[in-house]
Amino acid sequence: MEMRERINPTVLDIRPSGIRRFFNIVSEMKDVISLGIGEPDFVTPWHICDAGIYSLEKGITCYTANAGLLELRREICKYLERRFGLGYDPATQVVVTVGGSEAIDLAVRSLVRPGDEVIIPEPCFVCYDAIVRLAGGVPVPVSTDMEHDFALTPEALEAAVTDKTRLVILSYPNNPTGAIMGRAELEAVAEVIRRHDLMVISDEIYGELTYGGEGHVSVASLPDMYDRTVVVNGFSKTYAMTGWRMGYATGHPEIIAAMTKIHQFAIMSAPTQSQYAAIEALRNGDGDIDRMRDEYDARRRLITEGLIAAGLSCYVPRGAFYVFPCIRSTGMTSEEFAEKLLHEKRVAVVPGDAFGACGEGYVRLSYAASVENITEALRRITEFVAEHKK
Amino acid sequence: MDNKIALLKLLEENPRLTVAQLAQMADIPLTEAEATIHECEQNHTILGYRTMIDWDKTDLEAVTAFIEVKLQPQRGEGFDRIASHIYRWPEVTSVYLMSGGFDLAVTIQGKSLKEVAMFVATKLAPMEGVTATATHFVLKKYKDQGVEFVSAGETDHRNVIV
Repeated sequence: MEMRERINPTVLDIRPSGIRRFFNIVSEMKDVISLGIGEPDFVTPWHICDAGIYSLEKGITCYTANAGLLELRREICKYLERRFGLGYDPATQVVVTVGGSEAIDLAVRSLVRPGDEVIIPEPCFVCYDAIVRLAGGVPVPVSTDMEHDFALTPEALEAAVTDKTRLVILSYPNNPTGAIMGRAELEAVAEVIRRHDLMVISDEIYGELTYGGEGHVSVASLPDMYDRTVVVNGFSKTYAMTGWRMGYATGHPEIIAAMTKIHQFAIMSAPTQSQYAAIEALRNGDGDIDRMRDEYDARRRLITEGLIAAGLSCYVPRGAFYVFPCIRSTGMTSEEFAEKLLHEKRVAVVPGDAFGACGEGYVRLSYAASVENITEALRRITEFVAEHKK
Repeated sequence: MDNKIALLKLLEENPRLTVAQLAQMADIPLTEAEATIHECEQNHTILGYRTMIDWDKTDLEAVTAFIEVKLQPQRGEGFDRIASHIYRWPEVTSVYLMSGGFDLAVTIQGKSLKEVAMFVATKLAPMEGVTATATHFVLKKYKDQGVEFVSAGETDHRNVIV
């Protein structure tokens, strides 16, 4: 039996994540400093772990409501109001998901019909394209560039809109570029979105990690964008809780009801002990957020200045925990750069084209790494760039 | 946080970085960072640069004891004079004045149980003003000065690339 023929061609056609390309090589090498890791290097704050453990000790090992514990949804709404000025009804406008990724999948599946076009600014996290295809939609990548601080411009968006366009996915603060979009930049894009009557999924998973300036602005807080926007957020990056798999989406009650319907049949409910941990995070975790953000911020300056001193041109990231230097001055492609750097200097980075074709010519470095590892990696990269100068 | 405190916190955690790197991390000019560190060294805000070592991982034999010391306070001197007589011994690594059931918490380091016990018996206990001592030997160090000793060096559980 030819098994490949039995598999859904849509799934077969999806390219595996480019981030995973080096995984096998790197994991077999010794003395590698990996700046390829897209998750916090902190351990979840102990008071949050303790709340999860305590829920197990109390024997709360059952399902929760499909949309998540009402107590948790209440805390999520208070948090969004407190930190980003977004008001939602806990009973009808929140669904708690297995990480932000599930929330994105639910939102896309709830909004996209077969053949609908979905605009995805790139470079971006690897999941959107695949999720849109699985939902029968057509991903339409739109390039962003260093000249425009990797923000989506209204011109680029306008040029990509057709009569089939249904949805725009915004992911700022951005993985891999570290770009953010401030109020003015978002307003310019929102004008195009309103004019063409489009919907938005705003992936704000890095919303607490912005540095300097006005802080994070949610596109949902702009005039006439609230009902058009599904906000996706979660606990992974904010509280160093990646393994707990806790995310959520908020939006119009009709959309959240549709998303909860899919969630109910595919997932039932998000992990119960993680939900209790999440309640503690929201109630008593604001200090943890500030502490971790300040630490990332110091490392951000260290790594960015180090890369510029090494001779790479580099957008100064304003959010998330990535820096995305341009490596064209070495004459190498992203892939060559990453492969040679790994073999010659034992530093792992991710080639920029893993995040979309326009990421070619760049590499992604994560500064969710210890200061010792960052300084040693910078030393090795500086040597590497000098040895390969064109 | 003011620049000085931010710089000192970074320096405390990363004493091996260059001043230029510390200045970048604290987002202050290099000249200001150099001046601040120099000033703090001069006025003894910075008392020194030391290394955290887990001696249990080496062949060096070392014993640590916490000693509760009860004192007879002295007129006009309180506990300060007798405390200074205690902390001047090189075997003594820390001395705190405490509230509660005893007066001084004294840490002593020696090569062996016997050496520490003899120090207490021959030097500390007979001291004028000392009315009682209770010696507690340290069996295992879990955490010291904010550093976890037991889990230190635990591998990074994250996948190498995600």
